[in-house]
Amino acid sequence: MKRLLAAFSSALLIGMAPAAVAAELTIALGADVTSIDPHFHNLTPNNNIADHIFDKLVSKDAQSRLQPGLAESWRAIDENTWEFKLRRGVRFHDGSEFTAADVVFTLDRIPNVPNSPSPFTTYSKQITEKIVVDPYTVRLKTATPYPLMPTDMSTITIVSSQAAKGATTADFNSGKAAVGTGPFRFVRYAAGDRIELARNDHYWGPKPAWERVSFRLITSDPTRVAALLAGSVRAIENVPTADLAKIAKSPELSLYRVVSNRVMYLHLDSNRDRSPFVTDKAGKPLEKNPLRDVRVRRAISKAINRQALVERVMEGAAVPTGQLMPEGLFGYHPALKPEAFDPEGARKLLAEAGYPDGFGLTLHAPNNRYVNDEQIAQAIAQMLSRVGIATRVDAMPASVFFSRGSKLEFSFLLVGWGSETGEASSPLKALLATFNRDKGMGAANRGRYSNPKMDAVLEQALAMVDDAKRERLLQQATEIAMADLGIITLYHQVNLWATRKGVAYTARNDERTFAHEFRPQ
Amino acid sequence: MLAFIARRLLQSLFALFVMSLLVFVGVYAIGNPIDILINPQADQAEIAAVTAALGLDQPLWVQYWTFLQSALRGDLGKSFVANVPAIQLILNRMPATIELAAASMVIAVVLGIPLGLLAGLRPDSWVGRTIMAGSILGFSLPTFWVGLMLIMVFSVHLGWLPTTGRGPTVDVLGFPISILSWEGIRHVLLPSTNLALFKLSLLIRLTRAGTREALAQDYVRFARAKGLSMRRVVSVHVLKNIMIPIVTVVGLEFGSVIAFAIVTETIFAWPGMGKLLIDSINVLDRPVIVAYLLIIVLMFIVINLVVDVLYSVLDPRVRVAGARP
Repeated sequence: MKRLLAAFSSALLIGMAPAAVAAELTIALGADVTSIDPHFHNLTPNNNIADHIFDKLVSKDAQSRLQPGLAESWRAIDENTWEFKLRRGVRFHDGSEFTAADVVFTLDRIPNVPNSPSPFTTYSKQITEKIVVDPYTVRLKTATPYPLMPTDMSTITIVSSQAAKGATTADFNSGKAAVGTGPFRFVRYAAGDRIELARNDHYWGPKPAWERVSFRLITSDPTRVAALLAGSVRAIENVPTADLAKIAKSPELSLYRVVSNRVMYLHLDSNRDRSPFVTDKAGKPLEKNPLRDVRVRRAISKAINRQALVERVMEGAAVPTGQLMPEGLFGYHPALKPEAFDPEGARKLLAEAGYPDGFGLTLHAPNNRYVNDEQIAQAIAQMLSRVGIATRVDAMPASVFFSRGSKLEFSFLLVGWGSETGEASSPLKALLATFNRDKGMGAANRGRYSNPKMDAVLEQALAMVDDAKRERLLQQATEIAMADLGIITLYHQVNLWATRKGVAYTARNDERTFAHEFRPQ
Repeated sequence: MLAFIARRLLQSLFALFVMSLLVFVGVYAIGNPIDILINPQADQAEIAAVTAALGLDQPLWVQYWTFLQSALRGDLGKSFVANVPAIQLILNRMPATIELAAASMVIAVVLGIPLGLLAGLRPDSWVGRTIMAGSILGFSLPTFWVGLMLIMVFSVHLGWLPTTGRGPTVDVLGFPISILSWEGIRHVLLPSTNLALFKLSLLIRLTRAGTREALAQDYVRFARAKGLSMRRVVSVHVLKNIMIPIVTVVGLEFGSVIAFAIVTETIFAWPGMGKLLIDSINVLDRPVIVAYLLIIVLMFIVINLVVDVLYSVLDPRVRVAGARP
């Protein structure tokens, strides 16, 4: 009898143990989450949490392709109108039904979040009119044809028109207004420490495997890895490249990787006659700015050994590139290959351009923004020095770097660009279009590259509703900008996650860490 | 005594004013917060709109004047990134830091003074030498490295203690406190040890030096000649006489532990205000930086005041100026 009982209870234990383990998931995030209000600050770590609690009209899959979200379908009914058909029977966490009124409420709230340091108006300002046709149909009108409407709607989280009415950021942080339709319900937000969520058992989509999820905020890289090694968390994001080899070897751990839509590039002052950090080899400012000459820019590109950057500095966590988007994303150009490493060719081009002995240059870079940013800058400086361009590196915190860069205080800078929309118009518009305040073009064009031909093609693309035609135009614009070397693209980062055995993840190219995409194994 | 305290507080107001001005100019010189706060996808019109909404398009002196006006009403502004009052943000994080600081000061005092006494009484024995050698290590090893080693040894390899974070909290008089539960103590053990190491070494050296000096004094010899036991001489007469420098240092170090536990808090993901400060500096969250430093200045002023008052209790010869009847 005793033995039977023992056998029974151990069977029970075996049967129960995995379920108990599977019910809870602790994940360490690498960046601070500063607010639960999904419309307050357009910042990846905040958006990442919002995506658990709230849904969007259009969602994105792991490859950033658009998928039905709260909208089941959408189409352009005329040049200037998009119609979204909403999913029926979706309920907010408080039990109220999701309807077109919530969509309109959300779009109205976006420009009116007080003190927002980075509002989502980027994605809502094109809408001139919102029409509720019936509770399950919304039409959004624009002044001009606007093909990116569905893409833009994949960035805006829908809040409840009841719970979020008049809500402040504090109301979201306390959970009072944090009522969405998403796969998880809000439980607790402890600033600087953790965010706790519970499964939404009435979710309209696939149910997450975890009853409870706890996101721990561990910003220090070695500590995050230690927490995984010790088993205090079961998954981490932003695995530091220094630990890749060790984690890959461990039988206890698994690595998940995917090429990111973030491209690392060099911006060059290709506009001004004189540039502040271009000198002769003795350090005297040059009368003429050599970076305006496309041959010099080509020489710089040829002098860089991208494969070495990827293998040595990035420990393999990057992919060399010769364009803005990685393979598989909208606007990727199959014919544009990464520039081959060719120091001889670089020297020849420099001589042709009238700089047989090279010149002096300072490369400015942030030192706390991108993966291994300062080391990459140092490596590039050495490669350039080898072909005669004596390059000095000046690395600084991002808070200083971006302020000075936007004031055009630099000549040559290392920057990264993650395309939030997941398609090529985002970097083309911001980095390569001619700087134009009135049109809102070239806002991050810190080298002031300008080619009217590229501008014209891009403008055409931005108004082309037909997807196939638009992609061809974006490819064409990319081709022009890359031939001019408006920016010198280096590589796409690889996004990395590590988990303990028993948990698997679908790596996403938009750098999101979604609890509902972790699954027990 | 009251006049003394009042004068001190008046002086501190001036210190607060100078501090706020310095921070304002300093942050302004570093860069424009908008450039780092705004999403890169925003266009020029949006950047301009946000800059105006946060009042950052105004000249510096106008921004400072606006700040001063609301500061006089007790409003130090809202955090740019959290959209809650900066003071509230800091006060929410303060219990965690004070808890960590208190735990590490307890470790430092409870271990440091006895070890220092021991080393002072037996300077040439192997015990004394070992203690002194240990204190040199405590001084010279960098905090971040020791912290990581503590995690690697006690959490990853031995699995005795949790790697990071703070234990579950219970509210005591409205403050969330974690060290009342066993789980909370387990969490605070590693970070507070890491933070205590430097102070511990300092206290050991200070106590040892004081002890050695006191032992050579006439009153000690006289007490011994009178036939008092060594135990009584040390625990009553020596200890009392070496306490003054120790109290000063403990007071000031307690302040600095609270204010600058940044490295330890970052490594152990301890949700205190040191981590908040470094995060705020990284994104130029000026209201939080200003409020933080003002609070710290205020705290040091209060600690100094308390130390001065403690002196007069410990040593009847010391009378705080202005306290004469």
